[in-house]
Amino acid sequence: MIKGKFIDNLPKVYGIYTGGFLAFIILMAVLEQAGVSAKAIGIAFVAFTVGIYAIIGWLSRTLQVDAYYVAGRQVPTVFNGMATAADWMSGASFVAMAGGIYFKGYGYMALLVGWTGGYVLVASLLAPYLRKFGCYTVPDFIGTRYGGNLARLSAVLVLTVASFTYVTAQINATGTIASVALDIPFQVAVYVGLASILMCSLLGGMRAVTWTQVAQYIVLIIAYLLPVFWISNKMGAGFFPHLMLADEVARIAELEGQFGFVKNSAADLATVPKGLAGITKAHSSVNGTNWGFISLAICMMAGTASLPHVMMRYFTTPSVKSARRSVAWSLLFIFLLYSTAPMLATLSKLSLIDPNLATGIIGKSITDVQAIDWYQNWNQANLMFVSDFNGNGTLELNEFFMGGKAVVLATPEIAGLPYVISGLVAAGGMAAAMSTADGLVLAIANALSHDLYYKIIDPKAETAKRLIVARVLLVLIGFAGATIAALEIQGILGSVIWAFDFAMSGLFFPLVLGVWWKRANAQGAVAGMLLGLAAGTWYLIHVRTGGTPIWGVTQLTFGIIGSLVSLVSMVVVSLLTKAPDAKTMAMVDEVRIPSGKTVLGKQH
Amino acid sequence: MSKQEKHWEKTKGLLFITLAIWFVFSIGIFFFGTEMEASSFKPFGYPLSYYMTCQGSLLAFVILIFWFAGRQEKIDEEFGYTEREDD
Repeated sequence: MIKGKFIDNLPKVYGIYTGGFLAFIILMAVLEQAGVSAKAIGIAFVAFTVGIYAIIGWLSRTLQVDAYYVAGRQVPTVFNGMATAADWMSGASFVAMAGGIYFKGYGYMALLVGWTGGYVLVASLLAPYLRKFGCYTVPDFIGTRYGGNLARLSAVLVLTVASFTYVTAQINATGTIASVALDIPFQVAVYVGLASILMCSLLGGMRAVTWTQVAQYIVLIIAYLLPVFWISNKMGAGFFPHLMLADEVARIAELEGQFGFVKNSAADLATVPKGLAGITKAHSSVNGTNWGFISLAICMMAGTASLPHVMMRYFTTPSVKSARRSVAWSLLFIFLLYSTAPMLATLSKLSLIDPNLATGIIGKSITDVQAIDWYQNWNQANLMFVSDFNGNGTLELNEFFMGGKAVVLATPEIAGLPYVISGLVAAGGMAAAMSTADGLVLAIANALSHDLYYKIIDPKAETAKRLIVARVLLVLIGFAGATIAALEIQGILGSVIWAFDFAMSGLFFPLVLGVWWKRANAQGAVAGMLLGLAAGTWYLIHVRTGGTPIWGVTQLTFGIIGSLVSLVSMVVVSLLTKAPDAKTMAMVDEVRIPSGKTVLGKQH
Repeated sequence: MSKQEKHWEKTKGLLFITLAIWFVFSIGIFFFGTEMEASSFKPFGYPLSYYMTCQGSLLAFVILIFWFAGRQEKIDEEFGYTEREDD
């Protein structure tokens, strides 16, 4: 059926795959009508998709260094865009973001602006130049551009801190979904998630991750868009929700005015299970300071441009030009999901709070709500809670609590969609979390194996040994991440936002100035990375332990402080010490030319 | 000025324009959150502030990067910095 090279047949291969997946959804829908249990359908969805990723991972196994680290640098533009989109959109984007918007409204939509606007920085400041450089990892660029093991080591440190914070959140997300879909305890599900993640990356490194990520993007985008369009049409809100929900947004504002945001007493709130929240902020109105919004957007944008697992995707394209184009495609694919998230939050909120809708629960009697099937299911999963604080027997807006994850996972059920859609959403969430976790675990393991082990500890190591070290590290890091995820220290969205702040604190300016400021030297870069990371971390602890915030910077935007310290120390130290030598200057000039050989050799 | 310096000057010029547009849509307009909300201009009926955060700015970024990539390719071609394998 398929002749010739795999790369030439990509559209056909993934076309067949997409058709197969749609057929699988229809088959499940038929089975549901035939009376197969919801649980079996949930298991089938997760098992089927994860099984396919594992097969792709197996088929892409490799023993070559450049295939393992950069997929042989032959990933076509559009497919790399899809892979980046999956790499990028994590459990936080898929499972948690719509929930964040549902609860915090306008203020949290800064995440949408930040997580897309950052790509402008990636495309214009970094990706093409790092591709020209020809590095395998981000510390590889820092280490070669600035020279010296200390710079390389500092970059490895920042990368590890940021990516590790991020990866625990992703393993947490895979665990949450696996535990709901497979009906197993969370602490076990976390390791099931880990095993699936490792199956995709262990044998084939970047090459395997690339081809599974494309497959995961297709699953996650179908799983996100289909329910939103369906619910919108079912509610009669409009057949194309993105352009037609203005009335619904206005209706929510009207209901908010009618119900009011009643503040609960601390004693009442203490009875609400941990992690659940009520609606306390306006949905569409500007509900915070302008600076609060802008600072969050800035942190997410600078963080985007500093997160190594994204940057490293652009090392896999065939040329500088295709790296640039690939950023544009990535953002287009990301836009499809991000523009849908606020629509999902709107539909979800309206269907719950509008008393005129059959699904609305606000204003109903508490005992009636407690008798609803889906309420009982999600209450049992510890993601939904009602309580009659004022004792009037009726459910008020301030008496209804939900977990952030429930907005995406439970809305199809609340809106009365068949269970097959819930199974699909679980598979999509799993794909989103797995694809990002894979990119992150690989970024950390590659930095440790290539930059720490091969470049610093044992430069004479043979290819086979290097790749074994890389794989052992992959497994170790995965296990460490899963162990921490099982402790459930911070929520998914919170940890992800922290990861962006860490990356921005330590890496943003050393990366950007490495290309755009020739005078930047090793001493400056080391100062920038270490002092930036230290200042950011200090500020986070300072705010967490009840310290007074500076300039309205919160624990979600500590990257502002970190990166500012990083910039100042990098410039000052660079100017106080010797300018880089002529060879380094020539290297920077070479990086700025978009054609010709890469600065680093094909095998290094 | 050498060919390479000229190329870099043009590249910097494009970067400046790109970042200026980026700044407007990612930061600039959000200094006027309440003003946008009060505006009588409502794309598809949504309040302007809401529309920009959930679609408008995002779409602007997508278009901006495609435009930027195209312009940069033109600059590269002008100075002969293109690779045959690109086409």
